Amino acid sequence: MSLGMEQVAERKGTPSRLPSSVARLLSPLLPPLTALLIAAVVGDILILTYGQSPADVFKLLIEGTWGNAYGLGQVIYKATTLTFTGLSVALALRAGLFNIGAEGQLAMGGFCAALVGLIVPVGTPAVIAIPLCLAGAALGGAGVASVPGYLKARFGASEVIVTIMVNLITLAFLNWVIATKLNVAESLHTAEIHAGAVPRVSSMVEAFRGSAANFVLIVALAAAAYAWWYLFRTRAGYDLRAVGLQPEAAEYGGVKVGSVWLRAMLMAGALAGLGGTNYVLGYKQYYEEGFAAGAGFLGIAVALVGRNHPVGVVIAALLFATLSQGGLAVNAVVPKQMVDVLTAVVIIAVATSVPEVQRLLKGARRGGES
Amino acid sequence: MIVLAFLVQTLRIAIPYLFAAAGGVLSERSGVIALTLEGWMLTGAFTATIGTYYSGSPWVGILCGIGGGVLAALLHAVACIRYRADQVVVGIAINLLAVGITRFFLRLAFDSSSNSPRVPGFDWIAQSGDGGREAVVLASLANPLVVLAVLSLVFVAWLLYRTPFGLRLRAVGEKPEAAASLGIGVNRVRWIAVLGAGALASLGGTYLALEQHQFTDSMTAGRGFIALAAVIFGKWEPRRVAVACLLFAAAETLQIQLQGLQLIPSQFVEMIPYILTIVAVAGAVGRAVPPSALGKTSEP
Repeated sequence: MSLGMEQVAERKGTPSRLPSSVARLLSPLLPPLTALLIAAVVGDILILTYGQSPADVFKLLIEGTWGNAYGLGQVIYKATTLTFTGLSVALALRAGLFNIGAEGQLAMGGFCAALVGLIVPVGTPAVIAIPLCLAGAALGGAGVASVPGYLKARFGASEVIVTIMVNLITLAFLNWVIATKLNVAESLHTAEIHAGAVPRVSSMVEAFRGSAANFVLIVALAAAAYAWWYLFRTRAGYDLRAVGLQPEAAEYGGVKVGSVWLRAMLMAGALAGLGGTNYVLGYKQYYEEGFAAGAGFLGIAVALVGRNHPVGVVIAALLFATLSQGGLAVNAVVPKQMVDVLTAVVIIAVATSVPEVQRLLKGARRGGES
Repeated sequence: MIVLAFLVQTLRIAIPYLFAAAGGVLSERSGVIALTLEGWMLTGAFTATIGTYYSGSPWVGILCGIGGGVLAALLHAVACIRYRADQVVVGIAINLLAVGITRFFLRLAFDSSSNSPRVPGFDWIAQSGDGGREAVVLASLANPLVVLAVLSLVFVAWLLYRTPFGLRLRAVGEKPEAAASLGIGVNRVRWIAVLGAGALASLGGTYLALEQHQFTDSMTAGRGFIALAAVIFGKWEPRRVAVACLLFAAAETLQIQLQGLQLIPSQFVEMIPYILTIVAVAGAVGRAVPPSALGKTSEP
């Protein structure tokens, strides 16, 4: 390949000398902004094919999400699940592992939360029931993630392949349990849990009435804070990041790479599993087949746009939750599937522009130094 | 007769797998992860339905199906090869995109959120009639796509092992730097492989749509992932991959035929390909080792 040539061309191609501080600031912001711009253009085209006015539809989208308390509550509710799955993917990625399995871990977490909620006796106080259900969810998610984690640590088996396969196995298994064992007749959900329900935000702020936003939100924010502290303020987190950057060097430096991988996958699984409680404990008080279908995969988008940083993840979760809720807001005018398309476009555009932007900025910085 | 019915049914279930897995082998042997098989199939199924609906001819449908699959593969190639985006991320996004965009245009074209109107397929013999069960079973094989599906992996095997292009493709998938130093255009080979994979996978979707005489929402239902499992379980070797496709299809057929007996729940039969694949990638003996440059287009 004309590798050298390309680099030369790149160096010539960078027009201005960019101070490195500006470059550092631009680097995380440019890809999402480019992506949103591209998504807006694609959205315009889709809206026009449907014979509607883009300006009206986008106005409707904003009004239906951030424009009123109900819409905002729904955005917060959806962002809560996405924060968990985004953190899950981000934490694993920091260790150099691609957790495609958040989808299955999330479902199993929700199921185990419901299972614990059904096992505890009626009338168990919330202080006991809620932590038990949360622990069940975390364990369920970690259990599912232990398979790819162990196989990666022990045999070096590709976690991408194994998590995809474990997803499909988990969903088939849960489908079997729900369809044949634990369902309420004529439905694909369990009975209502005996205890462990988390109150909705609307119980304190009247304006949110009707929206599903609930106080699992606090668990999500605590999880983000914990992930930040763990990654950037503990020895184990330092090891984890070292393994993610250079497994061979980390091994040479005395880190047991295999056990870091296993631990990272277990934590990622626990985080995704906790995401299931948002629906099961906070919203419906039962487990239902497909309750958060797609939220695990969206976690990859959230981690990507959030640059694998807990704060970025929370912001990105809000962005994708807005898109998702916005789809429902505009559904009367254009099919809500438009936002699924836009979500995918954002992911592709960010994934595409991240390496491109980094290359450009690297070139710019190099230009500045020389 | 039961044996014949079993074999025919297995082959019919295997057809989408054979097409998609042929595409998967082509793409992965060149170093590009084929997570998108599902999305390519779904896109192909949709464009094939549209083409058949508006032209009245399934042949036009096949061409449109291929066009749709190649278009989806083009997006994958631009992002992953030209711009070196992460293949796994883009692959998953394209799968989401395929679901969203087919639903959007399903509503736009037919004002339905579930399925298209009925379209003609290849019912050459079935119309003539009442020759009993055997005739019906055999008639289902009178379909050009059945022949193409059987040939698809044969074609990929021939391409990989009997042509100069195949030699280059394998070199690119194993040692891209070495291939580049010999003057092989690494990215050009990958472009061809990915577009070819999109065309092959879309034929799998086209078969489904024409066989069922309509497009239904998310009709590929994970078949792309089963095909990917077959590629991995078959260790990226066309012959083994073909056997894996037939094996997975046979398990499904068995489950359908034994449904009345309630021996094992269908969900557990569903898991077989996935469990076998995990065993294959983790197995200490005869382990499935992927092409060494798989997924590494991001490294220049």
